[in-house]
Amino acid sequence: MSATAGARRRTALARFWREYRRNRAGVTGGVILVVAVLLAVLTPLITDPAGLDVTRATGAKMAGPSLEFPLGTDESGRSVLLMVLWGSRVSLLIGFMSALLSMVIGTMTGIAAGHFRGWFGAVLMRITDWFLVLPQLVLALVLGAILGGGVSTIILAIGVTSWATTARLIRAQTLAVEARPYIERSKALGAGHWHIMTRHVLPNVAPLVLANTTLSVASAIVAESTLAFLGAGSGEVSWGGLLRGSYDWGAATSGAWWYILAPGLCIVAVVMAFTLCGRALEAVLNPRLRGVPR
Amino acid sequence: MTIPLDVEPAADQAAGPGDARSGGRSGGMARYALKKLGGAVLSIAMVIVATFFMFRLIPGDPAIAYTRDVPLSPEQLDLLRKQMGLDKPLLEQFLDFVLRTLRFDLGTSYEYKRPVLDLIGERVGPTLLLAGVGLVIAVSLGLWQGTRAAWNHGGRLDRFSTGISLVLWSVPTFWLGLLLLMVFAAGVGPIPGIFPTRGMEGVDAPDGFAYILHVGHHLVLPCLTLVAVVYAQYLLVMRSSLLDEIGQDYVTTARAKGLRDDEVRRRHAVPNALLPTVTLVFMHVGFVVGGAVSVETVYSWPGLGLLFYEAIQGPDFAVMQGTFMVLCAAVIVMNTLADVLYHVLDPRVRST
Repeated sequence: MSATAGARRRTALARFWREYRRNRAGVTGGVILVVAVLLAVLTPLITDPAGLDVTRATGAKMAGPSLEFPLGTDESGRSVLLMVLWGSRVSLLIGFMSALLSMVIGTMTGIAAGHFRGWFGAVLMRITDWFLVLPQLVLALVLGAILGGGVSTIILAIGVTSWATTARLIRAQTLAVEARPYIERSKALGAGHWHIMTRHVLPNVAPLVLANTTLSVASAIVAESTLAFLGAGSGEVSWGGLLRGSYDWGAATSGAWWYILAPGLCIVAVVMAFTLCGRALEAVLNPRLRGVPR
Repeated sequence: MTIPLDVEPAADQAAGPGDARSGGRSGGMARYALKKLGGAVLSIAMVIVATFFMFRLIPGDPAIAYTRDVPLSPEQLDLLRKQMGLDKPLLEQFLDFVLRTLRFDLGTSYEYKRPVLDLIGERVGPTLLLAGVGLVIAVSLGLWQGTRAAWNHGGRLDRFSTGISLVLWSVPTFWLGLLLLMVFAAGVGPIPGIFPTRGMEGVDAPDGFAYILHVGHHLVLPCLTLVAVVYAQYLLVMRSSLLDEIGQDYVTTARAKGLRDDEVRRRHAVPNALLPTVTLVFMHVGFVVGGAVSVETVYSWPGLGLLFYEAIQGPDFAVMQGTFMVLCAAVIVMNTLADVLYHVLDPRVRST
């Protein structure tokens, strides 16, 4: 890689950062995300996982917020704050990993469907449309229930069911990129399918992929919490799992608001932060959207 | 009412001669509908095939998995394996499954000891009631608010409703349900619980007209939850498609003719913006189905979603499999209807 290419990349990055910084919503979302990820990473260092053990719970059952338990306790006397902190690790992990999986499947399918126009592309689009139409949550629930609980199976269940929108988007972008003359030049010089897809199309769709992935982490976290609430969860402490516990123990009807609000607000805050970041990225990276009131 | 579609130069007129369109109008329509119908049949076939192979992924002995918690002797299990065709080769099992499904034989639930199709039949009504009422409210509210937001874009109302939609989009359906349940059914502080916490009817359900009110009272909170989650999408879709129309030349022409602002919106911009929105209303049915599962679970609303949820808890694989196929088929049918409807409504897409 020549020095000029490196310099060009650096200026592009600097320009990107300058524009992103001007997007107030995007910066707010970014700050919330950094705090959430830091807390999730630091949790094992600042808290003791023994508090998650039902048999070693010290608090009163379903007690409201107090100095010792700032967010109250659950049905067996565990601190809700502690559970929310540990739950963030599983929720964020599943959110990131399943968005990553969905992005990989979606990008590969999208580029392939856009590049190979013949029957192969048609079959790929047919499958994509099929996944697009099916009720995503229902399919993920069935997969989660069949494969059994576990972090990796839930990642698989969410990732496999949520890639279709990405694939559609990437396919459209691929078609636009491949219509440009330099692709023709590249073909004339003897470039193969693989070279065109990885060296020309992929770098061009990458910004879009980034923005899209940020948005899919948001929906993956909602999906994870819903799966856990509906009883097809990973079996680990997660925000959705906590809400499941609150429902099973009648927190809503017995007025244990802390048990419902704490995990729920965490989900909403993180999901909104990802959405704001994704929209900001989209606005900065997609020149078509600049100046349009959206 | 004159439909102001011709105000905008149709895409096909600009692209080529119009006689291809006028000559094969009805024939083209039928061909298009047939093509879409073929696509729907293929999609449903794919659902059946996928269901068969997905449910083969269940670890362990399917006979034991399907009859979980029902104590059976080894002889009974052997008999059951024979009935389920587990002793036959995979291809034969597959063909059996397809034939039975095509005859609407969805198997038997061991939890309820009844045919799955009967169970589904009982639960369809409440779901249609909930989703139907919810959709009508969500669509009207979303379109109305979306129109107002787009027409005054950048204004306070626009920023407010876009913000609300963004928040509602981030809220998991079931959590919103829990919140409403806590506040309006159980009661918090000074707010008394004014709505029932669960079910579609109480033990003391009255007859006649009072029964309708009774069910309506139970319907308020589940419906409100579903509407809140779904309407935000319609609002955003309507807003962005109306924003696309506002910049068009024909809107400027309409203004230049001296039409009042209200008339420009009502007779020119909105009808055009409605088309993509109507399609999306149907396209999002899959999302509504997912929302209905969460809502029915939180409020124990006795519909298909609750049946599906109960099947996951069991797990009752026969019911899960049947409900899954029925829900998927319903969504596919709705989508096909949307495609055909769009085609009927919008002359611009007919040529493409």
